[in-house]
Amino acid sequence: MTAIAAEAAAASAHASATVRGKGLPPWLRSIGKNALAVWTAIGYLYLFAPIVVIVMFSFNDLGDAIHPFNYTWKGFTLDNWRDPFKYPDLGHAMLKSLWIALLASFFATIMGTMIAIAQSRYRFRGNGLVDLLLVLPLTTPEICLGSSLLTLFLTLGSPQLGFTTILIAHIMFCVSFVALTVKARIRGFDWTLEDAAMDLGAPPARTFIKVTLPLIMPGILAAFLLSFSLSIDDYIITVFNAGSTITFPIQIFNQQKISVPPQIDVLASMVLFASITLILLGTMSRVVRDRRLATVKP
Amino acid sequence: MADDKAAAGAGPRRGGATPYALLAPGLIWLVIFFMIPIWYLLQTALSVSDTTGNTSFVWKWANFTDSWTNYHDQYIRSFGYALASTLLCIAIGYPLAYFIAFRGGRYKNLLLGLVVVPFFTSYLVRTLAWKTILQDNGPLVRVLRSVHILDANGRLLSTAAGVVGGLTYNFLPFMILPIYVSLEKIDPRLIEAGKDLYSGAFRSFRKIVLPLSIPGVLAGSLLTFIPSAGDFVNSALLGSTNTRMIGNVVQGNFLETLDYPSAAAISFVLMAIILVMVLAYTRILGVEELGAGA
Repeated sequence: MTAIAAEAAAASAHASATVRGKGLPPWLRSIGKNALAVWTAIGYLYLFAPIVVIVMFSFNDLGDAIHPFNYTWKGFTLDNWRDPFKYPDLGHAMLKSLWIALLASFFATIMGTMIAIAQSRYRFRGNGLVDLLLVLPLTTPEICLGSSLLTLFLTLGSPQLGFTTILIAHIMFCVSFVALTVKARIRGFDWTLEDAAMDLGAPPARTFIKVTLPLIMPGILAAFLLSFSLSIDDYIITVFNAGSTITFPIQIFNQQKISVPPQIDVLASMVLFASITLILLGTMSRVVRDRRLATVKP
Repeated sequence: MADDKAAAGAGPRRGGATPYALLAPGLIWLVIFFMIPIWYLLQTALSVSDTTGNTSFVWKWANFTDSWTNYHDQYIRSFGYALASTLLCIAIGYPLAYFIAFRGGRYKNLLLGLVVVPFFTSYLVRTLAWKTILQDNGPLVRVLRSVHILDANGRLLSTAAGVVGGLTYNFLPFMILPIYVSLEKIDPRLIEAGKDLYSGAFRSFRKIVLPLSIPGVLAGSLLTFIPSAGDFVNSALLGSTNTRMIGNVVQGNFLETLDYPSAAAISFVLMAIILVMVLAYTRILGVEELGAGA
């Protein structure tokens, strides 16, 4: 459906290019047409400028400075990449962030997917209220989410601020993202497939595992990856509920006044390349799956 | 497509208690760790605290008026910066989304993906990279000085321009994606029809495309304004004491001076203002488009 729309849009853009802007001199028309492309190119330049800086400065040769500040280019070296975990604090913080992201996304994906299934599979009273409850955390400033959760923990006196409270906070803001993402992905899912399976004698649990789950899996995976990347990157909510636990973003914020070693850029580039690889793999597997499905469809 | 299937009987059905059982864990989590904390935030905002950070609840409404008298500069600055960065996001994001939606052709998905790729690096590392770009002896400042946009000692770091630039950058995708979604939904036949009725390109943009994309622009504006108004990272890394935003005050009072009541009061006011904006938005346009940012 989107492919058809895209084709139609492209065709109409092509067709209108010949008729459009009657009465304008041709040079003005060509500027008008290219201005959009030029502006778009500038936009992408803006989006990628810091990324280029991060990858480039991960190769910056700062020598043996005790408190390196990776802000000016000194020369090319591979040393930073040879020793990405030179500063143990950074490595530990990264490991902690990975753990939190993994656990938070796991629980948030389960709870969020359940909400998404309930909302798209069933009709029930209070659906609008659920929508509102899901959207509100996304439209509340992070600083308010973080600080209000802190007041809860402070007033109750437990649990002790640290790993657990960070995890609680991350699950909280990821649940909404997961529910909305999965819901968008399974919109239009043919729930009669479940009826078919059950007509053939499959019990509900088996139907879910054998029929429903495999079909909605891409949406669930996308939601998992989204909450993983949100969790691993979060600073504002985390810093309010971290106590003395140090995650990667907290470590960077705390140490940036004292030193900014190139290893920060190395670790950031690693995460970037890993995410891009994951996305490419995901897209490829989807293309392959779609092709396979296309051959069995009637 | 969805409609066809709904017609065939595959749409939402009644399921007794099942939907509520599915909803329960996630919604209970949200109620306990999102809704209830707001109550505790209000309670803290109405408390007094001693020097060690212990608070006692005494209905001290003066905390709210005090927060305005002491920090009105930061309030005004935050909303000013957030407004500026939202407008900049529209200026950069709308044409970009338009290009992807109508000129993207078969590269549409790639172009869309490229919008999000930069955001797979850490927020803080990205902002530190902006510090590299904006620094005083960096190439950007040198060029701007040589063409006299900045004077000889002009700077970008530690200025409002630097902070607004950082905010704009960090929240730009939240503008591009909803606008793209609303542009993508426009039926190309509408534009065709306009053309058949001898409408020029600009006119059909103004009369057809622009009005239909307004919901996306509004959703995007909300999704960029909200995080900008509450942010303190950009101001802390790219700004100075003259660019302190309300987020810096909340963070400082909560985590450094342990003045919980004043910090809670500010945080609560910020949340209330934003909540009013969001509810006004959902009254008019519903919650649908806001999810598009996800």
